[in-house]
Amino acid sequence: MNLDFDADELAFRDEVRAFLAAELPDDIRTAVADRTDLTKEQIVRWHGILHRRGWAVPKWAAEHGGRGWTPAQKYIFQEELSLARAPDEFSFNVAMIGPVIARFGTDAQKERFLPPTASLDIWWCQGFSEPGSGSDLASLKTTAVRDGDDYVVNGQKIWTTLAQHADWIFALVRTDPNAQKPQMGISFLLIDMTTPGITVRPIRTIDNHHEVNEVFFDDVRVPAENLIGQENKGWDYAKHLLGNERSGIARIGLSKERLRWARATAKEMAADGRMTQREHARLLRELIETEIDLKALELTQLRVVAADSAGGGGDPGAGAAASSILKVKGSDIQQRMTEIMMTLAGPAGLAQPDLDHGRNEEPQDRWLPAAAPYYFTMRKVSIYGGSNEIQRNIVAKTVMGL
Amino acid sequence: MDFSFSDDQRLLRETVARFVADRYGFEDRTRMMAMPGGRDPAIWSEMAELGLLGLPFAEADGGFGGGGTETMILMEEFGRGLVVEPYLSAIVLAGALLQDAATAEQRAARVERIVTGDLRLAVAFAEPRGPRYTVDARETVAVGDRLTGEKIAVLGGDQAQELIVSARTSEGSTALFFVDPAATGVSIRGEAGYDGSRVATVTLHDVAAERIPGDGAAHLSRAIEAANAALCAEAVGAMAAALDLTTEYLKTRKQFGVPIAAFQALQHRAVDMLMQLELARSMAILAAASLDRPAAERTANIAAAKAHIARASRFVGQQAVQLHGGIGITAEYKVGHIFKRLTAIETLFGDADHHIDALTDLGGLAA
Repeated sequence: MNLDFDADELAFRDEVRAFLAAELPDDIRTAVADRTDLTKEQIVRWHGILHRRGWAVPKWAAEHGGRGWTPAQKYIFQEELSLARAPDEFSFNVAMIGPVIARFGTDAQKERFLPPTASLDIWWCQGFSEPGSGSDLASLKTTAVRDGDDYVVNGQKIWTTLAQHADWIFALVRTDPNAQKPQMGISFLLIDMTTPGITVRPIRTIDNHHEVNEVFFDDVRVPAENLIGQENKGWDYAKHLLGNERSGIARIGLSKERLRWARATAKEMAADGRMTQREHARLLRELIETEIDLKALELTQLRVVAADSAGGGGDPGAGAAASSILKVKGSDIQQRMTEIMMTLAGPAGLAQPDLDHGRNEEPQDRWLPAAAPYYFTMRKVSIYGGSNEIQRNIVAKTVMGL
Repeated sequence: MDFSFSDDQRLLRETVARFVADRYGFEDRTRMMAMPGGRDPAIWSEMAELGLLGLPFAEADGGFGGGGTETMILMEEFGRGLVVEPYLSAIVLAGALLQDAATAEQRAARVERIVTGDLRLAVAFAEPRGPRYTVDARETVAVGDRLTGEKIAVLGGDQAQELIVSARTSEGSTALFFVDPAATGVSIRGEAGYDGSRVATVTLHDVAAERIPGDGAAHLSRAIEAANAALCAEAVGAMAAALDLTTEYLKTRKQFGVPIAAFQALQHRAVDMLMQLELARSMAILAAASLDRPAAERTANIAAAKAHIARASRFVGQQAVQLHGGIGITAEYKVGHIFKRLTAIETLFGDADHHIDALTDLGGLAA
């Protein structure tokens, strides 16, 4: 029993820290710290910096540019990115489609797609959810009908994040409407977003931002060579995509960074009189309570990392329920931190100036108008990726046998 | 980073688990608690034979040299079985004081007899009118080596052959003393705790005592940290037992023609219990692993662990009773007794609020 990182891991952490201190551009760090939106240019620029260092897709297999990191290194890398206020990894490319192509794609698909996916020369978006198929994803209705060398795709996807920037979409489509079970009639297709018949329509969310979209398919012809794996096996590939990485689910670093930020900000606001001593004391207590819960979550995440490293024999790392626990409790704490931001902002956070075209804000106040949109948009974290209620269903059925 | 157990540690778990399963079934426990003094004296001897009583003592003193992880393993299994023997007070708490504070001569006179089960200690520090969780003695006064005062909530106080008592010295500091409970001027009133424990009120009137050197308050604080780490592990075991019973009950109890496990509201509650249990287990591991860390880190981590586990204990205990319905509040069924022990664990050695305040004063956990 030893809860410390070993010397190699600490050296690796120092290496990541030094890289971030030297290479993370100020404008990007500031945007992440203030929780204002990153532009497409900023996302691409940061990904390029990581790519040049060889750290854009570290979790991939070595032959595709991966680093062969241990689970502990993966955990450390993500935590350090968050603590340094670097952008999240570009998950659609890095965590989702890349590993699926590497595992289930043909050699031709690997050769064609993996290098530009790793470098973000192809920007991927994810076409899974549909208006009638959210938690019950397997009921999806978008069809793909084989016609010669093509599939003809018709239907609609929704909640498609950053589809407005995307070059390609990976989509689940129904290829066998008469399958025994709905899961058995689904295929996994790669679709060029410039193909005729695709329409992207923005959805404005309650934070008044445009992040998600509807994507419509109207007789879209997709070459059959863009099918991943076998027809009607797409559900298996999608499950692999959603469940292949447990080292970062709880987003410990992100919440730790917010906690540090909130402590420092509260101290400033108490010192300059924007917060009474009583308000400050109450907030400090709330931060302590959140920090305790975050510590419990961090240790649980580390137990999972250790269990994945050891390959059995030790503590089971919360076993089969681990992913769901980390997801549910991690999203709870992320959301609590957004509530604390709202408490700090108070009524001064109400006004929503147009930061890009408006007044020149004092730099330390840029977070103020961003607090509320961030609070609103972060309600998504307990909804996406299998809602917290779906996670409880999964644990009840598969772990507890209820 | 390594959360695995050694072969010896796995063997210890098997030994304790088997002992608890064989000798400490719920009916055995009920029968023992009905005996005079609320205990079967044979159990303590069996614990000695299994080597459990020497677990935390240094090998040089005749113990087995176990650390925080070993105590965690043992206490988790004791928690599963709702073991009511005064292990926490006599071995963990008093043991920590002996190891950290007592002189070599004082240890030599005691540890071997503790390991064989012939000597049981109890620690008397709480007072009726002081702040509830202070380690400073106020009302019990030492004049030279003679003590006068009153102590409450002395765990295992009526089962001990020797007491460690805190008292205020003429310099105004807190010191610790060995006291013979049979000595002139000592009166002990033992009572049953709602959780099956034994607690005593100890009254001292000009009682002869043997001083333990050093700062008694500091020694008590550190020993209480060891006790809290042990309580965290016991709570994990008790919560695991509560969850197992509850899961089984949900699958077997039928209403509206179906097992009540079919109802999603109940499924989700059970899952929330499991999540709390696993987070609590993480904190019990943190507490155990922190015992040999530098003081600031140790104190902060154990405060965080106890605060978290106090909350988890309340949630899991209450929900275990709730999901059982009426049977959950009957004395003849185990789950209500688990709830009562979890409730005692919440309040012993500082409740959640106390530890949150302590952590606030420390400025939070180390980064």
